[in-house]
Amino acid sequence: MSQRLFGSVTVDVDAEGFMIDLNQWTREVGVAIAKEEGIAQLTPAHWKVIEFMQKEFKETGQAPTIRKLNKTGVVSTKELYELFPGGPAKKAARIAGLKKPEGCV
Amino acid sequence: MDEKINKVSIVISKGGLDGVYPGLIMANGARMDGIEANLFFTFFGLDAVIKKRMGKIKIATVGNPGMHMVTLLGMLPGMSAMATAMMKKTMDKLDIPPIPEFIEMVADAGCKLYACKATVDMFKLKKEDFCPQVDSIINVGKFYEISAGGEIIFT
Repeated sequence: MSQRLFGSVTVDVDAEGFMIDLNQWTREVGVAIAKEEGIAQLTPAHWKVIEFMQKEFKETGQAPTIRKLNKTGVVSTKELYELFPGGPAKKAARIAGLKKPEGCV
Repeated sequence: MDEKINKVSIVISKGGLDGVYPGLIMANGARMDGIEANLFFTFFGLDAVIKKRMGKIKIATVGNPGMHMVTLLGMLPGMSAMATAMMKKTMDKLDIPPIPEFIEMVADAGCKLYACKATVDMFKLKKEDFCPQVDSIINVGKFYEISAGGEIIFT
């Protein structure tokens, strides 16, 4: 475990840069991680995904799958790939302060 | 760290659920990691993108040693349908979608889908027989052209 400074907040992260404790997350942290992932600005569409993922994670202990995001009407698969290009599930989870998704789908 | 994989072209050549799913999961997984992905359906694997068939693909209970089922038992009417239904239920819980939805998902994820010309000619199929996610019917030469610079995986 190591620590990283995102904006003005220091958080605990794992070897791949995923946060370990969601309680340390703030919107400022999310914005800073997003910049690192190549997303210059988080739009309301991004926040909708991020907030749903956090809610799901708190309830189930897992980040939701892309299928679940689609089926619950949060974001279509196409739009998700546009919002978080080059690895949507992982990028969105990292920005949301969640651990790395473990599933294959 | 070793060089990252940037592109995969996956051939799905076998029919049945166990023939089709591995390739779909690998292609979708590639897209999830930002890897460019192509899917090439050939021979009985083509069932997965034929409109009339894609929703009816079952798991074989006869001649499938992986099922650990006595052949005579597997022959009973409805056995394949039952095994298929059970498997679908388990997979749904893991958010692994049924084949038609999976085809849509992987296409929405940016994977390109192709049908094999030799098989299309052999089974006398037409472009209209395929689901709209199929980009085009291509020959093997075109497949290699599309796959250039990436890894080819045969399933």
